[in-house]
Amino acid sequence: MRSHHDLGGLPAGRVERDEHEYAQWEQRVDALMMLLSHKDRQLLRVDELRRNIEALGAEAYDRMSYYERWMHAIVQVLIQRGVITIDELGRKMAEGVQDGNR
Amino acid sequence: MGTADAIAPRFRAGDRVRVRAAYPPGHLRTPHYCRGRVGVVERLCGAFANPEELAYNRSGLPAQPLYRVRFRAADLWSDYAENGEDVVEIEIYQHWLEQAA
Amino acid sequence: MNDSGKLPSGDGAGYYRRMQAAVEELLILKRVVTADDVDRQVEAMAGRDYTRGAKVVARAWVDVAYRARVLTDGSAAAAELGLEIGPLRLIVVANTPDVHNVIVCTLCSCYPRMLLGIPPEWYKSRAYRSRVVREPRAVLAEFGTQLPDHVRIRVHDSTADMRYMVLPMRPAGTAGWSEERLASLVTRDALIGVARLPETV
Repeated sequence: MRSHHDLGGLPAGRVERDEHEYAQWEQRVDALMMLLSHKDRQLLRVDELRRNIEALGAEAYDRMSYYERWMHAIVQVLIQRGVITIDELGRKMAEGVQDGNR
Repeated sequence: MGTADAIAPRFRAGDRVRVRAAYPPGHLRTPHYCRGRVGVVERLCGAFANPEELAYNRSGLPAQPLYRVRFRAADLWSDYAENGEDVVEIEIYQHWLEQAA
Repeated sequence: MNDSGKLPSGDGAGYYRRMQAAVEELLILKRVVTADDVDRQVEAMAGRDYTRGAKVVARAWVDVAYRARVLTDGSAAAAELGLEIGPLRLIVVANTPDVHNVIVCTLCSCYPRMLLGIPPEWYKSRAYRSRVVREPRAVLAEFGTQLPDHVRIRVHDSTADMRYMVLPMRPAGTAGWSEERLASLVTRDALIGVARLPETV
């Protein structure tokens, strides 16, 4: 069965020539991905991130933006690897972060 | 030569190869559109840890030879409407490839 | 929408932004990264753009031996110009009067980011990833690019560890130009292959 992200050759509409200025939080997601996958830390592999994105399911994959998918995947891998727990993440998200985006 | 950490390359530039028509689940880097198709090896890129295994936090070793395989677009798409000499070149790991006639 | 208005929302706009802030803070508390690390990485990425690729192109246009090295080992050739690109394995593919190259990652959005920075949004889109391997000229036409009939296309799908950049043809009318001036002719879209540079300036 073709996986939903495996798009080569599928019919699709016009290419929307979007140029997107990324928000600070999105740039920080990108940065986190680079830092965590760096050989000095090796806390995640890009392949693990991709697997988690591919596992989102068609509806979520289509609905979520690029960096939402990456953020989701980073968290999944960090939980899978035991770097963070769901509980501590949930608590941190609920309390809000003092500084917001530095 | 194969080593403990890398599998020996089986193919060389110019070899005709077929992509296995297999459809396992999991994280795959062999696009759907080339499975079962025949192409020509353009070059050996080196040997790399298998992403199908890396995706599950395993080592992916021994490293798989990775090839760039050139396919005629007309062989990929039965209704290809553009130039008959157009090609699509895809990086494919050795374990997905078989010798083709 | 959350019915009880005042309670923190479990979804909606900002959910992943809040997640990013929380994860970053947790990782800082755990000393996995520092805030500085993240700031510096953001800056480093923002400082990478297609002009780095343009430098490689301009040098390849003026120096035949360098061009040969670029086409043999793109990473080593970029490093020669002081372009720090980490473990990126770069393959540079040359346009000729008969061959036009175009780059895609149908499976996700692989792009030579360590050289060229973050890819454009359209490069990651469903429409581009689906169609350019199947009807490349139709896609190029949407970018305003028309190829002569005799030109054949090579579409490169970056499915694994290699990353690709196009070496466009040098426009005529540029004899004696400095590398800097030549580099200014190169566009990001020409490095991806959805555009061509003018035949002559």
